[in-house]
Amino acid sequence: MSSLAEPRVLRVGDRSWREKLGGTVPLLVLLPSILATLLYVFIFTLWSIYISLSNSTLLPSYQFLGFKNYVDLWSSTRWIVAYQNLFIYSAIYVVGAGAIGLLLAIFIDQRIRNEAVFRTIFLYPLAVSFVVTGTVWGWLYSPDVGIQYLVRMLGWTNFNFALATHSQTALLAIMITGVWQSSGFAMALFLAGLRAVDPDIIKAAQIDGASSFRTYTRVILPTIAPIFVAVLVILLQFAIKTFDLALALTHGGPGISTTFPALVVYDLMFDRGQIGQGTAAAMMILLALAAVLIPYSLYLVWRRRRISHG
Amino acid sequence: MASLSVHNLYKNFGLVEVLKGIDLEARQGEFIALVGPSGCGKSTLLAMIAGLETVTTGEIWIGDRMVNSVPPKDRDIAMVFQSYALYPTMTVKQNMLFGMEARGVPKPQQEEAIRRVANLLQIEMLLKRKPGQLSGGQRQRVAMGRALVRDPQLFLFDEPLSNLDAKLRVEMRTEIKKLHNRVGKTTIYVTHDQVEAMTLASRIAVMHQGQVQQFDEPQAVYDRPANMFVAGFMGSPSMNFIPAQLVEDGGTTAVTVRAAAGGTAKLALHNGAGSRAAGKDVILGVRPEHLFRYHSDLKAQKPGLATLSAPVELVEPTGAETMAVMRVGDIEIVGRFDPDGAPRMGENITLGVDMAHACLFEPTTQRLI
Amino acid sequence: MAEATLPSTRALDPEATAARRRYVAGRVLVYGVLSVFALLYAIPLLVVVFNSFRDLPEIAHNGLINFPHSFSWDAWGQAWSSYCVGGGCNGIRQNFINSVELTIPATIISTAIGALNGYVLSKWKFPGSEIVFTCMLLGVFMPGQVALMPWAFILGKLHLSNSIAGLILIHCVQGISFTTLFCRNFYVNIPDDLIKAARIDGAGFWRIFWRIILPLSPPILIVTVIWQFTGIWNEFLYGVIFTSGSQQPITAALVALGTGGVNVRVYNVSSAAVLIGALPPLLVYFLGGKYFVRGLTQGAIK
Repeated sequence: MSSLAEPRVLRVGDRSWREKLGGTVPLLVLLPSILATLLYVFIFTLWSIYISLSNSTLLPSYQFLGFKNYVDLWSSTRWIVAYQNLFIYSAIYVVGAGAIGLLLAIFIDQRIRNEAVFRTIFLYPLAVSFVVTGTVWGWLYSPDVGIQYLVRMLGWTNFNFALATHSQTALLAIMITGVWQSSGFAMALFLAGLRAVDPDIIKAAQIDGASSFRTYTRVILPTIAPIFVAVLVILLQFAIKTFDLALALTHGGPGISTTFPALVVYDLMFDRGQIGQGTAAAMMILLALAAVLIPYSLYLVWRRRRISHG
Repeated sequence: MASLSVHNLYKNFGLVEVLKGIDLEARQGEFIALVGPSGCGKSTLLAMIAGLETVTTGEIWIGDRMVNSVPPKDRDIAMVFQSYALYPTMTVKQNMLFGMEARGVPKPQQEEAIRRVANLLQIEMLLKRKPGQLSGGQRQRVAMGRALVRDPQLFLFDEPLSNLDAKLRVEMRTEIKKLHNRVGKTTIYVTHDQVEAMTLASRIAVMHQGQVQQFDEPQAVYDRPANMFVAGFMGSPSMNFIPAQLVEDGGTTAVTVRAAAGGTAKLALHNGAGSRAAGKDVILGVRPEHLFRYHSDLKAQKPGLATLSAPVELVEPTGAETMAVMRVGDIEIVGRFDPDGAPRMGENITLGVDMAHACLFEPTTQRLI
Repeated sequence: MAEATLPSTRALDPEATAARRRYVAGRVLVYGVLSVFALLYAIPLLVVVFNSFRDLPEIAHNGLINFPHSFSWDAWGQAWSSYCVGGGCNGIRQNFINSVELTIPATIISTAIGALNGYVLSKWKFPGSEIVFTCMLLGVFMPGQVALMPWAFILGKLHLSNSIAGLILIHCVQGISFTTLFCRNFYVNIPDDLIKAARIDGAGFWRIFWRIILPLSPPILIVTVIWQFTGIWNEFLYGVIFTSGSQQPITAALVALGTGGVNVRVYNVSSAAVLIGALPPLLVYFLGGKYFVRGLTQGAIK
């Protein structure tokens, strides 16, 4: 065995200045983005919180007002209607787009020819702005030249489809359009999930004698459960932020029948000169988003931990 | 002057102590293998020698420089990775040129180096291809080529053969050995395969749980393992460990082991293992190739032969030899036998045990006695 | 003549024929349903395209959803240069140009920054890099409304109100979260051994980025560019609030077509205008289709 010399005194942390400088380049590159994020995420939020607690009306002022803006907000009919609309819309939108998306995904997954054509058609609404969709569907809902006109021309003279112009049905109009726009998105996510399922599991089910239906309901869908959660969360997020669609299709009307929280924000801030209250409404939207995203993040962390601990 | 010396090296990741006091040395031109099971710290040690991991305490010397704070590119080393880490968007030639360009080596020298190495490794026809177009063995050679163009003081290999199939692995192993004989650079080679370590290295460092268990020439590590871990790790099938007791038998020391049917068998120790307390518990270590079918002629050839009776429970022919699993007391032992006259299943064979090559281990510390 | 003596068992097996019938029925169902839905999806687009080529009286007579019984390019020309929208009657030409001036620089800048950030966060880990990444992630979910007042203030101070430059600033800052997310998740899959080998070879931060990371990046860069382009072009809230009239990007200007004002009835010109506004992202989608989807599935299923 070899003999080794006596160990010398250690000089830990002894690096040349050049290496120290080189080591900071990554951080320097990242710094502007870190600052921008700090600004955008944290400072803006705090700023908005402050304005929501101030008595700003037409212009921001910085006199502290406590929660008056919030109280006023929640006592206004407009806001209550907006919130109700949000709940109803979210439920139908998420379930509708999700269900249709799942259906389409399952069908496309059946090894059909021209799959690419179908997929392209179902997905193109993603590339289109909600404004464009809302505008076009607004035309389709028009009683004079839209769907109602067409069907009446074809013979059903009592057909009624002027959804957007009646306050009872206007919300339905928005829901239909929303589902139309987003079900392709849900389909894409579900399809990716379905394609990622281990084919051996499916083969095992076939050998076990399971019918297609049973294979789907008992084997495949449970395997892609995380995708359901992801689709739910993402669609819910879209629903909470609904603005473009409602504005373009109905302008929040007739009256306030299709107003949404985001529309109320716009209305308060720019049409009524109530910046404080408007910002309060914006904070409520943020809270709603947080209420969806925080449980989701915790769920993701829980799932990751469960996977790694076997 | 040693090409590499490591002094009392410690490495912590947070609260986890991964390396606990490593002392190692490689002389000029030596081929050192760091071998051990996953998690023993060998890859961490290699990464620290390369400069990819920092030192917690201790020193690393390459040549006559202490390199603890020297960045990898200035340590005059080259490394071959398990995954080869060839730059996928560059051709083989560009892969080999990359480092030289980064270091500002003048053009003519670059071309010369490429030519020399391509010739040495016979990869001239591969120079224009991209890594994705190469086979596993070719990628291996290109990875070595990239290391060779540096002409460094130290070569580091991180399990380079693990990704190859068994047959290719054996071929490449021979190539690496031939290459080392031609080029003669000091090499540190990490592997979990003890056969690779035995065949390639001039000295082996067996590592376990962050410490070097033994650092010696291959045959020494094989014949006189420092503890039961080294004994069990090196050699396949691994050494048999039989609980035994030391006894005084006339002038010689012997061990008794439990025989299959109850009772004990006495095996005289060869050349006396010095004076030991009788009645002490020990572990007897015997390698499978040191078990034979006993016949009297054998005794003359192998003076240290002792006899032991054992029933044969399982027979596994491999073609070149036949393994047999036999029972001694409560445990099973494995022996390697010539296919001619090999034990048969159910046979109660009389074994000849070559005690000259047997080892005794202290049961609690597991160290060699 | 051996075939004549072999009994044809296939046709007689009841289970086989039943299975075949089930299979055919299944196929009919699948294709049928998919085709119906395809129609439902395609019709609105077709309606708009057709209507942009029809005469107004013909539309009023036959309804929006009908095959064209007239054809002319006039509506397009009008939409481009003489349509009355947003207070002026100069068509949406200026708005289109505004959108181009906004979207292209903002997309390029935010993607470039995102790629660098993704590279740093995935390959040059430092204490706290995970926290930094998570904070950047939050930016993806922030509702635009929260940032309205602060941006208004900042743009005012920088004298960028009612300008495309102001919008470029906003979209660059807000786009960083998204582009960083995408790029970082992609770069994480590049083997770390490549970076280690490059460091031993003597390459530093920039050389590694330039010669190793960037050549591997086209897949994610394309996805990021496509999504940024679409998102910024189609963005509405900031466009309508921070710019007005002739400074507006096209998506904001289109709202005036919808339910307000006199222009509602000029369906053919409105259709042409809507198409002009929707076409660039649609084209990007049709050309880069599979990358669109890849971005979806990669980014959404983190």
